[in-house]
Amino acid sequence: MQKKLLTLAVASAMAATSSVAYADLLDDVIARGYVQCGVTEGVPGFSFPDENNEWSGLEVDYCRALAAAIFDDPDAVRYTPTTSQARFETLGSGNIDVLSRTTTWTMTRDTDLGLTFVGTMFYDGQGFVVRESDGISSALELSGAALCIESGTTTELNAADYFAANGLDLSNAVIFVTRDEVVQAYLDGRCDVYTTDASAIAAERTQFPNPDEHVILPEIISKEPLGPVVRSGDTRWFNIARWTYFALLNAEELGVTQANVDEMLGSDNPEIMRLLGVEGDFGAPIGLSTDWAYRIIKHVGNYGEVYDRHVGPNTPLAIPRGINALWTDGGIQYAPPVR
Amino acid sequence: MTDTTEKGVDSRRVQAKTSFINDPKFRAFFYQAALVIAVLGLFLWLWMNAATNLAAQGRATGFAFLGQSSGFNISFSLIPFDRTSSYLQVYFVGILNTLLVAAVGIVLATFLGFAVGIARLSKNVLIRALAAVYIEIIRNVPLLLQLIFWYFLSLNALPVVRESLALPGGIVANRRGVSFPQPIFDDRFIWVALVAVVALTVALVMRRRTLKQIETTGDRRSVWLPFFGVLIVPVVAAFFLTGTQVQFSFPELTGFNYTGGWTAPPELTALILGLVLYTAAFIAEIVRAGIQSVNYGQTEAAAALGLKDSDRLNLVIIPQAMRVIVPPLTSQYLNLTKNSSLGAAIGFPELVNVFVGTALNQSGRAIEIIGLTMLVYLTLSLVTSIFMNWYNARVALVER
Ligand SMILES: N[C@@H](CCC(=O)N[C@@H](CS)C(=O)NCC(=O)O)C(=O)O
Repeated sequence: MQKKLLTLAVASAMAATSSVAYADLLDDVIARGYVQCGVTEGVPGFSFPDENNEWSGLEVDYCRALAAAIFDDPDAVRYTPTTSQARFETLGSGNIDVLSRTTTWTMTRDTDLGLTFVGTMFYDGQGFVVRESDGISSALELSGAALCIESGTTTELNAADYFAANGLDLSNAVIFVTRDEVVQAYLDGRCDVYTTDASAIAAERTQFPNPDEHVILPEIISKEPLGPVVRSGDTRWFNIARWTYFALLNAEELGVTQANVDEMLGSDNPEIMRLLGVEGDFGAPIGLSTDWAYRIIKHVGNYGEVYDRHVGPNTPLAIPRGINALWTDGGIQYAPPVR
Repeated sequence: MTDTTEKGVDSRRVQAKTSFINDPKFRAFFYQAALVIAVLGLFLWLWMNAATNLAAQGRATGFAFLGQSSGFNISFSLIPFDRTSSYLQVYFVGILNTLLVAAVGIVLATFLGFAVGIARLSKNVLIRALAAVYIEIIRNVPLLLQLIFWYFLSLNALPVVRESLALPGGIVANRRGVSFPQPIFDDRFIWVALVAVVALTVALVMRRRTLKQIETTGDRRSVWLPFFGVLIVPVVAAFFLTGTQVQFSFPELTGFNYTGGWTAPPELTALILGLVLYTAAFIAEIVRAGIQSVNYGQTEAAAALGLKDSDRLNLVIIPQAMRVIVPPLTSQYLNLTKNSSLGAAIGFPELVNVFVGTALNQSGRAIEIIGLTMLVYLTLSLVTSIFMNWYNARVALVER
C-alpha cells in the first residue's frame, strides 16, 4: 500500500520534474547494459520468481528475447514487479522499458495513457472460479454472489458489464490492491467467486491448497488480448519490441527451433535466411545486429516452445493452444513476413 | 563636543529612518514574501513542466474525465452508485466512506483511549498492568500489519454464510459481514425528527443552565436525568401522536448471501477496529501524561476538601489535564483520519482505494486524481485542527 502510493508519488514527481521526453531508449538501454522489464507480482506460467528470485514464464521469456536480440544475452534483464494498479504509472514515468504483465490491450490504454501496445502475446478472456461445494455450474447463477477482484483491472469493468447486461446483482464485489490479498480473501471464504483472466485463474488454481475443490465456470465473458506495452513516441524501441514478438512467431511458422537454429543457418529457404540474417540486413534499421532474430531463437526458442515450456499441456497450467495456435494451425497468432 | 554628539545622534536617527534594509519589520516581511514567491514559483514551474511532459508523452490531462461514467461497481457506498455513475460520484463515495470511518473511529478511540489512560493510573495492579500491556503491544506493531491481522482473523473466526451466527435482535454475523435489521420509517417520521432536534436544543440549554447553577450555588443536583427526560419524552410522544409506522427489514438468506437489513462488511469492521485500537493506545498515553501533569497537591487539596473520588477526577484533575491533553489529541485525530487510507490494503472502498486506486487506473489521470485526493485530506485536517483549536481555547486555563 505504502509502496504503491510511493510509486505513484514518485511517478508524478518525475512527470513534474524531468524535462525532456525519452529520446532514444535503445541507446539508454545499451549504455545501461540491461533491459528493465515490468512483470506481475507472481503469476505462475506468466511471470513467477523461484526461491532464488529467478523469474520465469511466458511474459518473462518475452523480456529475455528482447535482451537476447539487443545484447545476445537473455539474462541481461532486470525485473520490476508491479501491481495491476501501479503498472501504467511505472511504465509512463520511465522506471521500466517495457511492461510485460498480463495486461489487456484496450483502446483507452492504447490511446489515452501515452502508451502503445506491441502485440498480443496471449489471447485470453475473463473467467470465474468457484468452490465446488457451492454447486454452481454457470456464471448466470452468480446474482448476489460476492466477487473478489484485483483493483485497476479490466476485470472490474467486465464484471460490472456482464452482471448489468444479464440482470445480475453485483453489490458484493470486494476490490483488493494486491494479488495475494485477492486470492487469500477468496480462499478464506470472503467471496464466492474469484474472477480474472482465465489463464491467470488456471495459474492461480495450481497454487490453491486443494485445487480440486474449485471449479472453473464455462463462461468466458470478455476478450483479454494480453501483450507487452511500451511508451509512445519512440518508434525505434517500439519496432524492436514488436519485431521481437514477430520473430518468435515467424520462427515457429518456419520450423526454426532453439535446437535446430544453427543447422537452419545453412537452410536455403529464403524466408529462413532473411529471418536468421543470412541474407539481407534487417537488424540495421532497428539499430540491432544482423543476427538479432537468430539470437532470440538461440537463447529463448520460438513462440511454440515458449508456450509449451510455461503454460502448455505438459505444464501444471495445462492450457491448450486454442486460438493461440499459429494461423497455419487454426489459431490467430500471425506475424507479417521479414522481407 | 556637544556639536559632534548632536550630529552623531542626528545622523544615527536619520540612518535608522532611511536604511530600511536594517529594519527588522521590513526584513521579516521581505523574507516571508520572498519565500512565498519562491514556493509559488516552484509549484508553477512543476505544474507547467508536468503539463509539457504529459503532453509530450501523448497523455490526456484535465478534469473533464470527472463527468464520464466510471464503468465499475463499488460494494459499499452511502449514496446510490452503479457502473453508470461518474468519476465525480466515485470521488464522493470515497469521501463519504472515509468520513464515516474517521467519525466513528474518532468517537470510539476517544472513549477507549480515556478509559485505558485512566486505567493506566489505577490503584489496582491488575488493571494497571493490563492497560500497560495493551498500550505497549499496540503501539509497537505497525498499523498496516494490525489491519491485515484483524481482517483475516475476522474472516477466519466467523462462520461461512450457511452457518451464520444468529445473534439476539435479528443480527446475523458471518464472513461476509454483520447484518443488522434496518428500521424503515414512513413519511410521518419527519415530524418525530423535527421534535427530536428541538428537544435536543432545549435539553442542551437546560443542561448548561443547571451546570452554571451548580457552579455558582454549589447545590448539586442531577444533570443527566432532566436532560434525558426533556429529550426522550417529547420524542416518544411525537412518535405515538403522529402514528408513525416502523417496519423492519431483516437480513435474510437469499441465494449466496444475506440480503435486507444493513450490512457492515468485514473490511469496514476490521478497519474501524484496527484504527480504534491503535489510536486509543496513543490517546491513553496522552491522557495519562495529562493527568500526571496535574500537580499531586491538587489531588490532595481536593481530598482535603472532602471531594469523593469521581469528583476529584471530574471536577479538579481532568479540567486541568485537558489543557495538556487537547493539542496532542488533535494530532491523533488527524492521524486516524489519514490512516484510514490504509483501508485500501484490506479492500475497504475508502477514498484512496476507490479514487487513487481504481479511478486513477481506469482513467489514467494521475496528477489530477492525486491532487484532488490530497485536497480532501488537507481539508479534513484543517477542519479538525480549527475545531480542536477552538475547543482548546475553551478549556485553556483562564489567566486571572
Ligand atoms: N488483464 C487484466 C487483468 C490483469 C491482472 O492484473 N491480472 C491479475 C490476475 S491474477 C494479475 O496478474 N495479478 C498479479 C499481480 O498483481 O501481480 C488487465 O489488464 O486489467
